[in-house]
Amino acid sequence: MNKVLLGLLLGAVLGAVDGGTAWFTPEVRPEMAMIIVGSTFKGLLGGILIGFFARKVKSLPLGISFGLAVGALLALAIAAMPDGLTGKHYYVQIIVPGSLVGLIVGYATQKYGAAPATTPATR
Amino acid sequence: MNFLSDQALKRLRDGAEMPDLAGTRYRLLERIARGGMGVVYTAEDENLRRRVALKVLDVPGTDGELRNRLIREARVLAALEHPGIVPVHDVGTLGDGRVFYTMKFVEGNRLDKFIESVASVPDRLRIFLRICDAVAFAHARGVLHRDLKPANIMVGPFGEVLVMDWGLAKILRGELSSSMLGADPEATVFDKPKPANIASDPTETSVVTGHGTVMGTPGYMSPEQARGDVEHLDMRSDIYSLGALLQFLLTGQPGGVSLPGGPRLDKSLTAICAKATEAAPAERYPNVQEMALDVSRYLDGLAVGAHRESIFDRAGRLYRRYRFFILLIAAYLAMRVLILLFMHR
Repeated sequence: MNKVLLGLLLGAVLGAVDGGTAWFTPEVRPEMAMIIVGSTFKGLLGGILIGFFARKVKSLPLGISFGLAVGALLALAIAAMPDGLTGKHYYVQIIVPGSLVGLIVGYATQKYGAAPATTPATR
Repeated sequence: MNFLSDQALKRLRDGAEMPDLAGTRYRLLERIARGGMGVVYTAEDENLRRRVALKVLDVPGTDGELRNRLIREARVLAALEHPGIVPVHDVGTLGDGRVFYTMKFVEGNRLDKFIESVASVPDRLRIFLRICDAVAFAHARGVLHRDLKPANIMVGPFGEVLVMDWGLAKILRGELSSSMLGADPEATVFDKPKPANIASDPTETSVVTGHGTVMGTPGYMSPEQARGDVEHLDMRSDIYSLGALLQFLLTGQPGGVSLPGGPRLDKSLTAICAKATEAAPAERYPNVQEMALDVSRYLDGLAVGAHRESIFDRAGRLYRRYRFFILLIAAYLAMRVLILLFMHR
């Protein structure tokens, strides 16, 4: 599987799982659908960015660092928005797992994603 | 009366055995090995100013049969141009009638010595795959090696792997026609009885026996080769030797017995060795490429054709293959649980 597609799929799945864990926070359960959709979209966006980075840069440490940074930034953007019902911010609950999801996608795209096929030089 | 010491006698004997290279472009340097058919020296090619290995029949005035065999060996080598097969440079005759040929001088170690410094199984398997490349090439050209063993593999200083000593090679068919080699394709099969040549370590020394039918090295030689069934030998005989070689690389013994304190051999690798060394040729891998493919699949963490996995074997292999990724996911889930516990405290 190519790196961008792998990033996209993994980002979406982990994003959805990440959003789904909000169910364990009773006060936000009424917004579960929105949380899962938003978290999946965040995962998709992060996955695409990380996948494209992996396609350009072949380095496991850089890939992991980039994934971590993208995951953290996207999670920060979400966490900065206060919860519609409670008005509270959930920085730790959103940024820490979001960063780890980015790190996992960064690792997976570098390690398991297939490099784009190269065409042989022609004269 | 003064007697000569044993050392002085040995020097005199060695000196007397040294071939006289007068009239050739080579200058003898030192003796490096002795085989069943001849002696290998290092020599300097005075025209090109480089060191070469020079193999010469060890008995002056040898009969035509051995002479033909050495010429044939040189021609087989010349026809097998491959990075994994030692290249031959020249063939000729000395003043005393002995035939010689020169080949690339490989500075390095024999495989059995080299692997003492290679602890990692994947690294050993990668060396094995390079041996397979060379043997597969020879098979594609219709040549069987018939004496594959660690002592006949050299590993150079830059990691190059070279298959040496094609003195027992058998021509099956193809581009290496008998006219090109100047000998009968079955010329390595002796007609006249000769005394057995078996050294104290039977796994190290090639055996060339009477009736010309048994040639090879015990421990590495296929059962059909050991029986002297020369006419029915095919590439699966070399596959048997490759299986024994793989066992040696993994366990230190061609028989596949692990050394005390050594690592336990993986089931898939055991199965590959077992399939390659089946007593019946039909049960072995049909060609070297298929054996090499199984070894490559093992290296890539994939299932190998020689081993039917149980669900536990499969789970274990997948875990080994994706270990870090699985641990990352586990860390993520653990961290999630910790956050939940923290929130509900």
